[in-house]
Amino acid sequence: MASIASRIRRVGLPRLIVHLSVLLIAILWLVPTLGILVTSVRQKDQITTSGWWTAFSSSTQTSAGRLGDPSTARQEGANYVITGSVFEGGQGGTVRAFGVRVQEPSAFPADKPADLGDGETLTVKPDGSYVYSKNAPFEGSRGKRIYLSVATPPAFTFDNYRTVVNAEGLGQSFINSLTVTIPATIIPILIAAFAAYALSWMHFPGRTLIIALVVGLIVVPLQMSLIPLLRLYNEVGSFFGTSSKTYAGIWLAHTAFGMPLAVYLLRNYIAGLPKEIIESARVDGASDFEIFVKIVLPLSFPALASFAIFQFLWVWNDLLIAIVFLGTGRDQLVLTGSLNALLGSRGGNWEILTASAFITIIVPLLVFFALQRYLVRGLLAGSVKGG
Amino acid sequence: MASQIVSAVGVMIVGVFACAFYYWLSDKLLNLALPVRDGDVIAASRNLNRRATVRPWLFLGPALLLLAVYLVYPVIATFILSFYDRSGVNFVGFANYRWAFFDDGFRQSIFNNILWLAVVPAACTFFGLVIAVLTDRIWWGNIAKSIVFMPMAISFVGASVIWKFIYEYRGAGQTQIGLLNAIVTFFGGDPEVWIAMPFWNNFFLMVILIWIQTGFAMVILSAALRGIPEETIEAAVIDGANGWQIFWKIMVPQIWGTIAVVWTTITILVLKVFDIVLTMTNGQWNTMVLANLMFDWMFRGGGDSGRSAVIALIIMAAVTPIMVWNIRQANREQGGH
Repeated sequence: MASIASRIRRVGLPRLIVHLSVLLIAILWLVPTLGILVTSVRQKDQITTSGWWTAFSSSTQTSAGRLGDPSTARQEGANYVITGSVFEGGQGGTVRAFGVRVQEPSAFPADKPADLGDGETLTVKPDGSYVYSKNAPFEGSRGKRIYLSVATPPAFTFDNYRTVVNAEGLGQSFINSLTVTIPATIIPILIAAFAAYALSWMHFPGRTLIIALVVGLIVVPLQMSLIPLLRLYNEVGSFFGTSSKTYAGIWLAHTAFGMPLAVYLLRNYIAGLPKEIIESARVDGASDFEIFVKIVLPLSFPALASFAIFQFLWVWNDLLIAIVFLGTGRDQLVLTGSLNALLGSRGGNWEILTASAFITIIVPLLVFFALQRYLVRGLLAGSVKGG
Repeated sequence: MASQIVSAVGVMIVGVFACAFYYWLSDKLLNLALPVRDGDVIAASRNLNRRATVRPWLFLGPALLLLAVYLVYPVIATFILSFYDRSGVNFVGFANYRWAFFDDGFRQSIFNNILWLAVVPAACTFFGLVIAVLTDRIWWGNIAKSIVFMPMAISFVGASVIWKFIYEYRGAGQTQIGLLNAIVTFFGGDPEVWIAMPFWNNFFLMVILIWIQTGFAMVILSAALRGIPEETIEAAVIDGANGWQIFWKIMVPQIWGTIAVVWTTITILVLKVFDIVLTMTNGQWNTMVLANLMFDWMFRGGGDSGRSAVIALIIMAAVTPIMVWNIRQANREQGGH
């Protein structure tokens, strides 16, 4: 390959353009995910006042404050003085400028005495402490209102995650997702592997027909199955007097919907195993069951792993089957379902949505980066279903 | 929560063991039922033959049962239900089909689906091919590939949140926290509510699927490009072809088969697109597609199984040519064995 590349390079586009276009593409593909990752660790009020791309520089916000009320004034020589800090409310930052009218929050720079007229001067230091003095007693009962232009340093927090995991129920949903996904990944592998072995190494009438059926069923849209299955589940549920929305029900559904691709992928692999190994085991008197368990299963590990990753990602990321076959109570709502519900109920609360989205995608991303090799191999082996 | 983990793990272990136990037990029972003893050679060989006849069906049994209950039976039942009324009790002939033909919502969905079909597979294949070619030429190509491939692992719902944040709208004059509107206002434009602009909003939703699926196209096409025999490219270079000509006249024609596979795979996915529309707009602002319309009718006003069955059948009809092609392709490979 390297040699093809080098030949094209000799005759093709200048390399710099290639590097730049790939860089652009990589940024284009990475930025959307980066956006929610960064946003999910920002403070709520910062998210709504500035874009996430400014998160790493300190942001300047306008805030209002109130000076101490006249009763706290001390007399110093001819002047009356009020001192204190504009950050007494708890918020921190660096004062860049201040003003006394809302239209002009940056009228006076920080750290310099500002003449407010009427013999009043006000000095606000960057750390928020101020000296407010007047050449006559202060009047009125309330402190003066001032407006501040405050630079807030980049601040990151895991509060959003704490909120969504506990208050919004994402923690419970995470467990629910695992409860759905793990059995729905393991069970189909076992069932499909046995079927794939039978379709590869056992001779019986109708084999070709079954293979054709499996290939055909790979592309049958889920939508075709939903209505009859929903009716069937309701009937079975009422027959046994239980709810029709159970974990067992969704395991079976995922197992069945993943079955055509599983059988197809595994059969392609198992049929390609060396004939000599299986024939010689037969000659030695091994039964099909023994051959399958002791020879075929261990040899098929790469194919089993590929399918397992597919099925895991597919089940974890599924929304349609979950909302049809599982309930909407907290004990059954999976991550994708929770996120969908939050989009409805918390439409504008990006601190909640981004943190929830990140919790939803983190497991598949880890699986993806750890096992990318197997995923690619699986895709190449059976690029028929694709998601 | 802890009790749920324990019961989930318990059920998981029981389920997996029950599954394994079935295969083990059925094999044992078969051997017991059809014994092979040393004394009687004729009976032994007859029983061996019978075992060989029965055993494949024991291995295939669970898989076939699941396929029958969850896929084959529903396809037939959906077909039958499409001729019945909303409750699935009274036969109404072609009334549901007639309804679909004249329904505005249905037409809108068909139109949008065709739009999706025209844009998404082509865009994914094109970008996938371009990225595959470009990344194969540079030393950090694999890192770039990983980045483009990554959205494949992200759920459609997660991707929708990611992109909804990019399309986020604030009134003119306010600080835009959505990336797209921030860029637009930076260049002096007015912020827009992107997902509520009829017609064009379809494209903003398609971007999400293209973002997810381009990695898939890239991986497959990249492997196909690597399979091209070097001699063909060498010959073209000797004949004085430039990079552009080599790409279009030498490389692309040799991977037509793979391009077709990628295209059809994404086509099937597009026909079933559901999550993105549900989470982004729920079909509002003229973005409805067939899968969402079908889901809507399944539950709207207590559900109308007849109408939603018709919509499901339309989706099925659209994938049928691909299905037939796949089966023929698989049979041909079988013949080659």
